[in-house]
Amino acid sequence: MATQQEERKLVFPGDLIAEGDYFAGENTFKRENRIYATRIGLASKDGRRIFVIALRGTYEPKVGDTVIGKVIDIGFTNWTLDILSPYIAILNASDVFRRGFDPHRDSLSDVFGIGDIVLAEVAQFDRTRDPLLTVRGPGLGKLTKGRLERITPAKIPRLIGKKGSMITLLKNETGCQITIGKNGYVHILGKSREAEELVSLAIRKIEAEAHIPGLTNRMTEFLRARMKGSEDKER
Amino acid sequence: MGYRRIDGRAPDELRPIKMALGVLDKADGSAYVEQGGTKVLVAVYGPREVHPRHLASPEGSIIRCRYHMAPFSTQERKNPAPSRREIELSKVIRQALTPAMFLELYPRTTIDIFAEVLQADGGTRCACVTACSLALADAGIPLKGLVASCAAGKYQDQIMLDLNDVEDKGCQADLPVAWLSTTGEITLLQLNGLLTEDEFREALSLALKGCRQIYEIQRETLMNYYMAPAKELVSEVGQEGSK
Repeated sequence: MATQQEERKLVFPGDLIAEGDYFAGENTFKRENRIYATRIGLASKDGRRIFVIALRGTYEPKVGDTVIGKVIDIGFTNWTLDILSPYIAILNASDVFRRGFDPHRDSLSDVFGIGDIVLAEVAQFDRTRDPLLTVRGPGLGKLTKGRLERITPAKIPRLIGKKGSMITLLKNETGCQITIGKNGYVHILGKSREAEELVSLAIRKIEAEAHIPGLTNRMTEFLRARMKGSEDKER
Repeated sequence: MGYRRIDGRAPDELRPIKMALGVLDKADGSAYVEQGGTKVLVAVYGPREVHPRHLASPEGSIIRCRYHMAPFSTQERKNPAPSRREIELSKVIRQALTPAMFLELYPRTTIDIFAEVLQADGGTRCACVTACSLALADAGIPLKGLVASCAAGKYQDQIMLDLNDVEDKGCQADLPVAWLSTTGEITLLQLNGLLTEDEFREALSLALKGCRQIYEIQRETLMNYYMAPAKELVSEVGQEGSK
């Protein structure tokens, strides 16, 4: 653990990360055998590959990502959703009304209205086209209960933690169901409002401290102290 | 004692500089730069959707930059409508930043930069370039390096760094320069007035020296900003634990 944290150095655009026989991964570029950072983040190494885990930035859709979007418009054959990215996402009606969608008979607004929050997956995306979503899949569809929190998309890997350690911790300590959209929306569904609020607070704390070592330990301490506090109040 | 200027500086001395990051909540990235009496505020939005749509390019992101002087930024009230000069400076600032950016990464999007001069005391375009580059970094937009900018000039037959408003108004020549940290490229070079070839070389090397100093301050500002909130929150969590 200690060695890995030492490796993760905070870098800024134009900072020299490594020199020699390396190749440039995400958020870096190579110039005359030198690897430089292009974004603010934590420099890391994976074999010969040097990359930077960005701390700031917008969401860039990737095929297969689970995202949470807000319906902003209804067309004749599709919905448009805001997924907090530079690109507006499209959800086709044929994806929802499986066998043969008939624009005369089926009403799109009966399924998703403007302002509805939808859990979906990115089905298609490339440089030339806007991202296409799908709601076919287990658990995908409209979200009707719970609370929605936002986090910088670049910090979602920290919210999930190594092999899901951080998110498991949050779920276990608070008893809430947490669904992370890769685009930066997090859906929280808990037994009480207090528990949901605690998760919101924890997410904001993770966002602020994402680049400081020892995050998981501090979060455990924080959650336990808060949970204990609320139990004491109940008595 | 050597040559002293009207504000007591040595010829190769910058004015006192203050920088701040993340000063605007709603912008994706923002920065504030104070260089002597010059004060500028920059907001960056994007990459985001382009409106009107026809401006979008499938080859990459476009940059839209607006340099604007607040009506209260000068001695006499300035008409808030964009002047010929402001339109030119918007273009010049955009061109000074473009070589540092990887525009092909975000096709069909725009990066919008708003640079507002709150107080003008000479060297506003340079202060804006410096602030824009910080704000772009703060917005998480990929950059080849930071762009630092500074002017040199000739006032009362003396080549000097970072002219203030008085020197700027009475100067024989003014040479704003922007410099890209990683490649050493000069991304902005303008010259108003007359310089001999030797004077030009002297002024350019002086301006580049100034840019390097400004770059160091930019880095320090980034470092302080990204390490500071950590300290506060760590101590807060520490208190939680002890309760």
